[in-house]
Amino acid sequence: MIEGATGRWEIVIGLEVHAQVVSEAKLFSGASTAFGAEPNAQVSFVDAAMPGMLPVINETCVEQAVRTGLGLNAEINRHSVFDRKNYFYPDLPPNYQISQYKQPVVGEGMVTVDLEDGSVCEVGIERLHLEQDAGKSLHDQHPDATYVDLNRAGVALMEIVSKPDLRNADQAGAYIRKLRAILRYLGTCDGNMEQGSLRCDVNVSVRKPGESLGTRCEIKNVNSVRFVQQAIDYEARRQVDILEEGGEIEQETRLFDAERGVTRSMRSKEEAHDYRYFPDPDLLPLVLSEDYIEAIRADLPELPDQKKTRFVESLGLSEYDAGVLVTEKEVADFFERVADGRDAKTASNWVTGDLFGRLNDAGQGIAESPVSPENLGGLIDLMADGTLSGRLAKEVFDEMFTSGRPASAIVEERDLKQVSDTGEIESLVDTVISDNADKVEEYKAGKDKLFGFFVGQVMKASQGKANPKVVNDILREKLG
Amino acid sequence: MADLTHFTLSEARDGLRARDFSARELTEAHNAAIERARPLNAMALETAEHALSMADTADQRIAKGDGGLLEGVPLAIKDLFCTDGFRTTAGSHILDTFVPPYESTVTANLWREGAVMLGKANMDEFAMGSSNETSYFGPVENPWRRPGDNRPIVPGGSSGGSASIVAARAALAATGTDTGGSIRQPASFTGLVGLKPTYGRCSRWGIIAFASSLDQAGPLTRTVRDAAIMLSAMSGHDPKDSTSANLPVPNFEAVLGGDVKGLRVGIPSEYRMDGLPAEIDALWQQGIRWLEDAGAETREVDLPHTKYALPAYYIVAPAEASSNLARYDGVRYGLRVEGDDLIDMYERTRAEGFGAEVQRRVMIGTYVLSAGYYDAYYLQAQKVRTLIARDFQTAFEGVDVLLTPTAPSEAFATGDKSDDPIAMYFNDVFTVPASMAGLPGISVPAGLSQAGLPLGLQLIGKAFDEEMVLRVAEALEDAAEFNAEPDTWWETST
Repeated sequence: MIEGATGRWEIVIGLEVHAQVVSEAKLFSGASTAFGAEPNAQVSFVDAAMPGMLPVINETCVEQAVRTGLGLNAEINRHSVFDRKNYFYPDLPPNYQISQYKQPVVGEGMVTVDLEDGSVCEVGIERLHLEQDAGKSLHDQHPDATYVDLNRAGVALMEIVSKPDLRNADQAGAYIRKLRAILRYLGTCDGNMEQGSLRCDVNVSVRKPGESLGTRCEIKNVNSVRFVQQAIDYEARRQVDILEEGGEIEQETRLFDAERGVTRSMRSKEEAHDYRYFPDPDLLPLVLSEDYIEAIRADLPELPDQKKTRFVESLGLSEYDAGVLVTEKEVADFFERVADGRDAKTASNWVTGDLFGRLNDAGQGIAESPVSPENLGGLIDLMADGTLSGRLAKEVFDEMFTSGRPASAIVEERDLKQVSDTGEIESLVDTVISDNADKVEEYKAGKDKLFGFFVGQVMKASQGKANPKVVNDILREKLG
Repeated sequence: MADLTHFTLSEARDGLRARDFSARELTEAHNAAIERARPLNAMALETAEHALSMADTADQRIAKGDGGLLEGVPLAIKDLFCTDGFRTTAGSHILDTFVPPYESTVTANLWREGAVMLGKANMDEFAMGSSNETSYFGPVENPWRRPGDNRPIVPGGSSGGSASIVAARAALAATGTDTGGSIRQPASFTGLVGLKPTYGRCSRWGIIAFASSLDQAGPLTRTVRDAAIMLSAMSGHDPKDSTSANLPVPNFEAVLGGDVKGLRVGIPSEYRMDGLPAEIDALWQQGIRWLEDAGAETREVDLPHTKYALPAYYIVAPAEASSNLARYDGVRYGLRVEGDDLIDMYERTRAEGFGAEVQRRVMIGTYVLSAGYYDAYYLQAQKVRTLIARDFQTAFEGVDVLLTPTAPSEAFATGDKSDDPIAMYFNDVFTVPASMAGLPGISVPAGLSQAGLPLGLQLIGKAFDEEMVLRVAEALEDAAEFNAEPDTWWETST
């Protein structure tokens, strides 16, 4: 909702996410899809639209689309069709894009999105279809010429279209993050927005609550979650201002100017392309059998929602912690390796607490963690068997993070092993009691708070190595 | 030695195997004939040296006894088939410098079987035309002329160069492509056998696309047996063409030499159109009698949607062409005419690179796919196409093959119809329905018109039943005993 001069306005948002499919080869040619090659090093005759060349569907890409559809709880269409979308542009060699128009491979589905405040919203998926990516026009190589790099031309994209179910920028951001998590779990898109393997077109309209949908504007090619959110906020405010001044929204395509944080008109409805879609006569309809779909379904990995439920129900984690852990597959995997054979809550606390803290400070992701899950598990084991106190463990962890070495080696080297030998601790306790006779008097007179003082003194005398539990027990016994 | 250019393909093949003459001798004779035939303008590229080197390889293989189906047989290749290292133009200015770095599947199959390439045959630009007058390289002439009349006659199109060069006895056979009649109609105009196989029988990979859902490669030959041999070599499943049929290739020659006793031949009553010249109708009736005399039964069949086939074809084919030809934009290969900006460059390149007929069809195709017209034209035409296919299916429940005229007229004089596209499009009226249904069709030379020009009859078969089509074609060929040849006026012209 945004507050306008005439009252509150509801923002209605729908997203079209273009997700580059993880596959070795392109959608209709055998050329490689690897990122970062020399310009035009990965271009087949098909990609360059040489005369007489024909597209042949890459089965892997179809499988990835079906897998994604299943991961989005969506209907898989047994019969779908590839169409040609005709328009002229130098980065599109045949001057048509092979896409799916009226009959996409995946139909309606649903994504559950967790919001920051702990609430949940359901976002409908309208469809998912397969299409070819275009190449890249390079305008900065020559003062008065444009160069074209066709390495990306023909790479498979999944266009995932949401229903207009989103109502604010936060929801939109959470939806993209959730979608990205699902794609990564499925291994169907690496979700890397910087490299452009996940790109968003944002449809925004505004209306007074309860009214029918307003005229929408489409903001093209917004390439980060933050920009999507900025674009929505700017665009909604722009539309409200126009409407409140008595104007009308024109249906148009707009661009997001990331430097200035504004959207700008790109082309009006009148200037819109007439794409002249028609079924591609070079390709047969895509027909999927029940067995094919079921085989992919049987092979689906555990997805974030299922994993979260399991973490809560089987491992006893809180909803919140489970939610944090499953956001990224790598984190969830890391956690599971730490928790393997250990107390899950302890493992979760270490991962979401100390480890995340240090990683954030260092600006690193879980993949770059200097502490391996096995080493973090080793640290937890040393606490569990009483070798390390909580305090010592934190010290050891700090060193593990710095050096990358396992806990046991650090404990060994620095002789940090916790002392649990009652005889040894008893003598320390005796010394502390005799050295502080006055405090003992006060304690016995009822000043209970002093108990902590005695613990501290014993720990200090042990150079921190005494087992706190044993210290407590002996102190209580001796102080009566 | 007898003139080596007057053999049929099968005779030449047998002579090569028997070592009566060498592939080099055969090729030299054809190279010379091609050179003499230059006045026909049938070739877009002559590859005489390459032909000799292929012939030498063939001779070595024949000597070792391991020659292929077409070992040492010299052929002309329509300039729509991409040939590795040899200029391939589609008869267009926009590709007149294009040298493909790859070989079409069909020609690769021919070379695998030992065939020799004499050169690339001239054709209507992007296979759009029925008279071979739209080529950037100028019109092709039919070797046939009306007796006592020196006016040039068209060879039909779009495979006009292929037809002309085979009819002139300068190649033993040629490849053609047929989208709406582009093999069968030129065959009829030049006294040859022209076979359009079932859609999907031959791979389209490496053939420059006109209308992808209709284009199909096939042979132009002097006999039905030659067509069968060529088809065996050309066809086969190709994983690089998603529309290519994954079926075994029969030995088509093996079905020949039988008879047609008891076969049922359908005569589609809708093909008896108003304005059909009497001599065409008479030849058709003659064809019916020939097949009856050979023991076949004939019966009338109905193909009620026939009259919609031609208009629907001239929506579907241009629609696909408008998209297929979008790639010729001056950006990556072929002609580029510089302009003030990108759009200007596109416009100048395509305005200069494409001829009038291609531009006309690109515009028609763009129009019928446009928002607001798609449903009325393209979608409607696709529905008609379904109905046409159903008509044939129903008819084939009761008959084995259909007999019709190939074209509604004999070959006409150069320039006669070039200002009237509708009259030109009407050439395809009998060939287009089978194309729309994807069915195999063959034109067999059946006689001469009163003016002394060849006329063909067409047989249409069930999908992937080329064997039946060839069997009945042979019977027709035997009965017609067509053995007329054009006068070799071009040999003496200067």
